[in-house]
Amino acid sequence: MSQEIEVQYKEILEEYTKKQTEQNLYVGQNFSRQLILENIAPEEVISMHKAAIQELHGELPDVVWHSFDFLIEMMINYGLALQERQSLLKQQEELKVEMDLAANVQETLLKTKLPVLEGLDIGLLSIPARKMNGDYIYFVSDHDGYAGVAVADVIGKGLPAALCMSMIKFGMDSLNSSHALPKDVLGVINRIVEKSVDDSMFVSMFYSNYDAKQARLTYGSAGHEPAILYRARDKEFSELFAKGLLLGVSPAAVYEEHTVDLEKGDLVIMMTDGVTEGRNDDGFIEREVIYELIERKKKEPAQTIVQYVYDELERMQSAQFQDDFTLVIYKKV
Amino acid sequence: MSDQSSVEILTEWDIVAARQLGRNVAKELGFGTVDQARITTAISELARNIYLYAGKGRIEIQQLTENGMKGILIIAADSGPGIPDIRKVMEDGFTTSGGLGAGLPGVKRLMDDFKIETILGEGTDIRATKWLR
Repeated sequence: MSQEIEVQYKEILEEYTKKQTEQNLYVGQNFSRQLILENIAPEEVISMHKAAIQELHGELPDVVWHSFDFLIEMMINYGLALQERQSLLKQQEELKVEMDLAANVQETLLKTKLPVLEGLDIGLLSIPARKMNGDYIYFVSDHDGYAGVAVADVIGKGLPAALCMSMIKFGMDSLNSSHALPKDVLGVINRIVEKSVDDSMFVSMFYSNYDAKQARLTYGSAGHEPAILYRARDKEFSELFAKGLLLGVSPAAVYEEHTVDLEKGDLVIMMTDGVTEGRNDDGFIEREVIYELIERKKKEPAQTIVQYVYDELERMQSAQFQDDFTLVIYKKV
Repeated sequence: MSDQSSVEILTEWDIVAARQLGRNVAKELGFGTVDQARITTAISELARNIYLYAGKGRIEIQQLTENGMKGILIIAADSGPGIPDIRKVMEDGFTTSGGLGAGLPGVKRLMDDFKIETILGEGTDIRATKWLR
């Protein structure tokens, strides 16, 4: 500890012993901040205090000096706790930097390109609740009038979910075909997830394949939130439901698939439960609320509708999404 | 050059005896009150580890003179079970979170030098030094 600090401490203490004003206490407290900044341990502060008192009032009874020695002994573990805290803070900072890097890697790794298809307008938004996104969206397209899209939600969040997602991505890459049928895609990914992932982790996925020439959507689902179909002619909403177990539950799971032919103005809305399970002060936000939001903007481009739904839901939940939010809208034009 | 003496650790009271020995040597070498308290806290931790985890062992205190510098060396030796994962016991928060005290990272912080050797099934030997400034 520097001599200068000891001298300053003695002066501040002397001022206070002469005159017990709030001003003098305030000066002392400000000084303690400087001590912390310079990593001076509590036991050293007491030692400094003892030395200062000795110089100022050397004639005090022995019991006073013994009591300071006792107090020094008492403070050793506090000093250690303080050092440990500083070292843990540093580690936390390092972890944060690593997490940021991981989030960047995830973003690059999971980047997907919107396909360009005759007669189809696509809107997409995926926003993580925390640093790492537990939702996954992936397009496969061969520029031959077919495109596949997987919308997946890893149950569990953060780093483990992100790692699981990279696996799904490589599974999809290995299939490498925009013609692949939903029941086959879901079957393959199911076996990959079942083999490689911890029992406590599950993935739900909606997979659809779009054939632009016939405007035909073929879809299947592995325990995922049903997609929504809006029929422009009937002005009605319905659910696109398909039976199938969550991915990773059983290697023997079999997945259904269905088809629907789209007509001009029809919308297909695919999403994760972050969209439908939002909460406001009155409880869950009903599906009808989402229908209503889409209805209001159905004439707009798909991306405008997606953004509008997000903005409105965010407003309803006072900007506090609990879950990752992913929404894809196909609009037949 | 070194000058040594040691305390067998069998009961909790032996921890106090080891502290006393360490304090006498530290005082004799000219360590101030704060460093004396740090050295005895390190001895406490090491002796407590022997008492709690090895059952019995020995704390040895040596005076050191090296390149004109004076110092104190604490040796904590036992033939207990050894430490399976040294990295873990040297991690911050591993022992302290359970309220077990400063732990080995604490001993390392209190002293200038810290060395640990452990063999599973054979025992542990820890050497910690503090130099007089």
